[in-house]
Amino acid sequence: MKKCFLAFAVAFLTLPASHLMAFCGFYVAKADTKLYNKASQVAIVRSGDRTVMTMANDFEGDPKEFAIVIPVPTVLQKGQIHIADKALLDHLDNYSSPRLVEYTDDNPCQRRYLEEAMAAPMAMQKSDAAARRRADSLGVKIEARYTVGEYDILILSAKQSSGLETWLVESGYRIPAGASSVLDSYVKQGMKFFVAKVNLQEQSKLGFKYLRPISVAYTSAKFMLPIRLGTVNSKGTQELFIYAITPKGRVETTNYRTVKLPSNVDVPVFVKDQFGQFYKAMFNRQVIRENMKVVFLEYAWNMASCDPCSAEPLSQAELRELGAFWLGDNQNLYGGQQAFLTRLHVRYDGPHFPEDLFFQETGDSESFQARYVMHHPWTGDDSCREADNYRAALPGRRETEALNLANITGWNVNDIRRNMGINRTATVTPPAAKATPPPADEKSWWDKIWHR
Amino acid sequence: MTASTQLLAPGSSSTGPRTEGKAHPAGAIRPDPRLYQIFALSSLLLYGLVRLNFQIAIGEILIILTFSLSTQYLCTKLWRLPRFDPLSAMISALSLILLLRTNSLALMALAAMITISSKFLLRWRDKHIFNPTNFGLVIMIVATPAVWVSPSQWGTATYFAFLLICLGGLVVNRAARSDVTYAFLFFYVAILFGRALWLGDPFSIPLRQLQSGAFLIFTFFMISDPRTTPDSRAGRILFAASVAIGAGFVQFVLYRTNALLWSLAIVALTTPLIDLLLPGSRYRWLSSLQPHRPVRSEGAAS
Repeated sequence: MKKCFLAFAVAFLTLPASHLMAFCGFYVAKADTKLYNKASQVAIVRSGDRTVMTMANDFEGDPKEFAIVIPVPTVLQKGQIHIADKALLDHLDNYSSPRLVEYTDDNPCQRRYLEEAMAAPMAMQKSDAAARRRADSLGVKIEARYTVGEYDILILSAKQSSGLETWLVESGYRIPAGASSVLDSYVKQGMKFFVAKVNLQEQSKLGFKYLRPISVAYTSAKFMLPIRLGTVNSKGTQELFIYAITPKGRVETTNYRTVKLPSNVDVPVFVKDQFGQFYKAMFNRQVIRENMKVVFLEYAWNMASCDPCSAEPLSQAELRELGAFWLGDNQNLYGGQQAFLTRLHVRYDGPHFPEDLFFQETGDSESFQARYVMHHPWTGDDSCREADNYRAALPGRRETEALNLANITGWNVNDIRRNMGINRTATVTPPAAKATPPPADEKSWWDKIWHR
Repeated sequence: MTASTQLLAPGSSSTGPRTEGKAHPAGAIRPDPRLYQIFALSSLLLYGLVRLNFQIAIGEILIILTFSLSTQYLCTKLWRLPRFDPLSAMISALSLILLLRTNSLALMALAAMITISSKFLLRWRDKHIFNPTNFGLVIMIVATPAVWVSPSQWGTATYFAFLLICLGGLVVNRAARSDVTYAFLFFYVAILFGRALWLGDPFSIPLRQLQSGAFLIFTFFMISDPRTTPDSRAGRILFAASVAIGAGFVQFVLYRTNALLWSLAIVALTTPLIDLLLPGSRYRWLSSLQPHRPVRSEGAAS
C-alpha cells in the first residue's frame, strides 16, 4: 500500500506587560492546541548554532500510512535522533496556552486594597544492497538508515530532485503534485532529507497507541523551520504551534512579521463557559486582520516562573530532555542559567507563506502572555456613596466588555449583549453566574542531553 | 547655490549640487534636501506606530533624539565647527528609532552617542568611514545581546512598499549620488531573482524579500549616504555591487540575520581603497553666489 506523504508542515519560532496588576487573577481556563484538529507542534531548542527540534503531529490514521519527509541541514547520526515523550509537548502547551482569568469585585463600601487571588494551577521492503544500488542510479544517496523507537528512519541526500522523487515514489511514498520544485530547491540548498515511517513490529513491541514525537539534534547556522513541503498539496490552511526555548530572550520570525495577540482584554463573564470558542474566534479574526501574513506571539516568558500559571513550569529535567543542553543537571532555573520560552502560533498556506520560516533570538526577555480577564461585579446591597457610584458605573463597564469582545472576535455585539443579559433599559443586571554552551569534549553534545 | 543653502552648516554632508551635479539656477529657492529625508523617516515612524504597532514608547523616541542632538552639539563645540547643524543628527536619530530595538533606555542613549560621535571620530581624508546609523547598529549588536534589529517588523503590504519607494525616490531625486542606490537595487534584485531562478523557487519569494521596509530604508536612506560612498561613479557602482554580493553571502551562505547591515559595515572599510584606485571629484558645495569653500563636513545623510 502506498504510504501517505505527510510532509511535515513545520519548521520554526515581546513585549512587556505594562499593567503590573493585570498579571494576577484567578486562572480559570486555557485554550490549548487541542482546539484544532490539524495542528502540528514543534519545540525548537537552540543556543548558538546548536538546535534540538522536536516534532509532533496529531496523526490518527493507520500507522502503516504514516510517513514524513523533513528537510534537515545536515546528515544526522543515530545519536542525533531521539524519540521524545509526548507529555513534554503537552506540558509546554498547557504551560503557555492563552488563558482566562477572573476577578471578583470587592465591596466598594469597604475601602481596602484589592486582594489578588492567585492562581492554583489546573490543573522498506527491498534488500539493503538492492535499495542502495537503485538509489545510486537515481543520484540519491542513502546516507544512513536507523531504527529508533517505533520509527524506521532514512537520511537521504540527492544530487537532483527528480531522482529523489523517483526514489520516493518507488519506495512507496505518495508525492503530491508540485512537490518536485520544492524538493529541487532544498536539494540545491544542500539540505538532506529525514524520511521516517513506522516500524510496525517495533511499535507493537513498544506498545504505544500513538506516534511519539521525534527529536533531532544538529549544529547548523540555519535557524529555520521548513514548511514549504507541507503547503504543496494541503487543502486549506494548517495550524502550527512553535515552542522556542532559548537562553536569552524572545524568538521572532525574521522573514514574516511577528505580532502579539491582543492581550489583557476585559471580556464579559459568559466567556468563561466558552473560552475555547472565544479563543478560536479571536484568533481567526486576528488572522483575517493581518491578511494571514503574520506569525502570532502567544507567550514569552522566562521558564523560571509564570503568573498566573496555567500549568507548572517545566522542570530542569524536562527542559534538558527537550534539548536545553546549556542547563546543568543540578542547577535550578533561578540560578544563572535560563530558559526562555516563546510560543508562536501560525496559520498558513502556500500562497501566504511561500517561504520557510526563519527565526532569530532577540534580547527581549520581557514577559508576555495572551490573557483575557473577566470581572464578576459586586452584588452586595450595602449603601454608601461609593456603592452608588459603583452601581452607576457598571452598565458602562459591561458595555465596554461587550464592545471589546465584539471587536476582537468579530461576534455580533447584539448577540453578546443578549448573552450578557444586558437590557438596554435596565440599569444593573446582576451577572449570571544567560548561559553559554558547555565546551565540547569527548562526548557529543546531543549524547549528553539524552544520557547516552 | 541659493540663499537657502546658507542655512546648511558648512560642508554638511547632505545632498546638494556638487561639482559634477547640476547647479541650481541662482536665486531659486530650494529647501534643504535633508528636510525631505526627515519628513520621509518621520512618516515611516508614524505609520509604524499607528498601523504596525511598533513597540516604541514616546520616551524611547525622546531619549534617542535627545542624545543624538546633544552629542552633535557637543562634538560641534569640541571640533569647533562654526554652526550647530541638527538636521543630519535628526536623520541618524530617526533611522536608529526605526531600526534599533532594545528594552534598555541606557543602551538606546549609548547607541545614539556612538552613532553621532562616529561621524567625528572615524574619518579618513575628510570622509566618514561608516554610515553613522549602520555603524551604531552594528557596534551595538556585536557588543550586547540586549540589542537587536527586527527585519520583519514592517510586514510586506505592497502598498506600504509602494509608499516607501515614493518617499525614498523623492529623497533620492533631490539627493546627489542616487547612482549608488540604483546600482545597489540592480545588483541586489539580480541576486535575489537569480537565486530564485536557480533554485526553481516561485518569484513570490524574492518579491517578499524585496517588500521589506528595512530593505527600503537601507537602500534609500543608508547606502545612499553621500559622505561614505566612493567619489567616482565607477567606484560607487563597484561599492554597490560589493554591498549586494556581501549581503547575499551573509544571508544565503552564512544564514545570518541583518545581512545588509553587516555587508555595508564591512564594505565601507574598502572605500578609501576604492577612492585610491578610482579617484573622483571631491564632495564640495557649488554656489553661484559665493566662492567655493572647502568641505568641513560633520553631517551625514543618515
